[in-house]
Amino acid sequence: MGASVSSPMPQPQPAPQSGPQAQPTPGPAPWRPVFGSWVTAYRRNWRGSIFGRFLSPLLFLLSIGLGLGTLVNKSAGGVDGVPYLQFVVPGIVAAQSMWVAMGESSYPVLGAIRWNMKYHAMLATPVGIDDILIGHLTYVAMQVTGATAIFIGVAALFGSFSSWWVLLCLPVTVLTGMAFAVPVFAFSATQEGADSFNILFRFVMTPLFLFSGVFFPIDQLPALIRPIAWVTPLWHGVEADRSLALGSPDFASVLGNAAYLLVVIAVGGWLARRAFIKRLVV
Amino acid sequence: MTDPDADILLRATGLTKTFGDFNAVDGIDFAVQRGESFGFLGPNGAGKSCTMKMVGCVSPASGGELRVFGQDPAIDGPQIRARLGVVPQKDTLDEELTVEENLWIYGRYFGLSRSEVRSRATELLDFAQLTDRARSKVEPLSGGMKRRLTIARSLISRPEILLLDEPTTGLDPQARHVLWDRLFRLKRSGVTLVLTTHYMDEAEQLCDRLVVMDHGKIVAEGSPRSLIAEYSTREVLELRFDTDDHAHHGDAIAGIGERVEVLPDRLLVYTEDGDAAAAAVHMRGVQPLSSLVRRSTLEDVFLHLTGRTLVD
Repeated sequence: MGASVSSPMPQPQPAPQSGPQAQPTPGPAPWRPVFGSWVTAYRRNWRGSIFGRFLSPLLFLLSIGLGLGTLVNKSAGGVDGVPYLQFVVPGIVAAQSMWVAMGESSYPVLGAIRWNMKYHAMLATPVGIDDILIGHLTYVAMQVTGATAIFIGVAALFGSFSSWWVLLCLPVTVLTGMAFAVPVFAFSATQEGADSFNILFRFVMTPLFLFSGVFFPIDQLPALIRPIAWVTPLWHGVEADRSLALGSPDFASVLGNAAYLLVVIAVGGWLARRAFIKRLVV
Repeated sequence: MTDPDADILLRATGLTKTFGDFNAVDGIDFAVQRGESFGFLGPNGAGKSCTMKMVGCVSPASGGELRVFGQDPAIDGPQIRARLGVVPQKDTLDEELTVEENLWIYGRYFGLSRSEVRSRATELLDFAQLTDRARSKVEPLSGGMKRRLTIARSLISRPEILLLDEPTTGLDPQARHVLWDRLFRLKRSGVTLVLTTHYMDEAEQLCDRLVVMDHGKIVAEGSPRSLIAEYSTREVLELRFDTDDHAHHGDAIAGIGERVEVLPDRLLVYTEDGDAAAAAVHMRGVQPLSSLVRRSTLEDVFLHLTGRTLVD
């Protein structure tokens, strides 16, 4: 049945302050309040999170670096002449950014789509899909930056690094983390439940952690498997971090690693945007 | 009126939403004027929420034309949403945060400054009667309180149109009345309300005008009173019998009133004079378990139009 509005409707008396109201001016960058809302949520439980950020490097340094390291140094004289602590820690720095990025881009993203509907609340406002993505990813980058800075700081106290070039590990490691976070955003946005995250953690992240040159040079791997390591973002992060931390970086290959990570982020961003639109704009 | 369209905030022509082969919204036309309180009444699955999402510029229309503030949601979504307040069917509050933090965060999405957001939040908490809960987390609040907070949140941008998708579904009667009172105040202050409901009492309380939706289509349109006048009688006599099959009793009272509707649990006799109809039933020697004369409602309109009740 067609609807026409020809008959005069009983109009409520507008109160003095109403009528066309003062327009809220859309802010210059709507992704910033999105970022702000994640920060606000983080402020409620930052203590536990910060504690974990400090604890994680301590555990790795004590067990792998010092415990296993002593054994490696005694029996093999380190790795390629480098003490095991100084060999392994830059790799773990890179790997840790992968774990942090994974944690921040899996459950929270699916939660904001399905459970707490955070994204839906945002989309009812002038905030758009791109703002949601940029704001949330910026927050993830902040988390990866914080965790990496803490890790490097704690590890430095244990004498894990031999060069000030290690400071450049921070931006490279953030790139590494984001090269996981962005594609995982895309993945999470296609999921119905959290089961697949367990598969991702066990069958993707764990093998990467073990076989991307963190604990031993990938030359030790069968030649057929090595190319797999080369395409994973983690190997590039590990290589770049290690070459910086050991103090005689080959900048051409560090730049190459960083460029590769940027490509992964760009492709992941395209996929994530597509997945978000498909999921949230229906 | 020189320009009848000047104050039309919302207009849909042949608006359609399809999911694969399924027409969730099947070519509907409606228009809402500034200051009006407009409702979509219909059962679950009628296409009400779908329509609201298209009006709220979060779901693109599959066909037809939609204009909000004269603008096209497909092009000017963010600008339109800046002028809308949205109360979704399911609360999307951040339960980990406090009541006031929820308002602050949401206000910032509209580009409001921190100080502006805080001063508006204080006013809105008062309006929503939540001032004493401002610093408590959202999670332990009652359903009615959360709903009031969602409404307060939707008002932080001082919207010109407030979209309410089933505002009181799942609330207890007292909480519903508190909410209706708040919405009525908003309406009086000039906010245009657009709401969906499957409660006829809610539609009668809040709507100046409404459309009845069923299977994605609009089946009737008018004020609650005009719809009742057009599609129902002044009064209804409800009869219940101690029986499994009320249809059998329907035959016994056929001819009384203008029309008899047989429901699984009762008979409805549509008539201008309920007491007279009750007397006529009694004269025929029919002995109902209970008989009740009431005024006609939108439920009767819906039943007449679709043959089904609103809430199954």
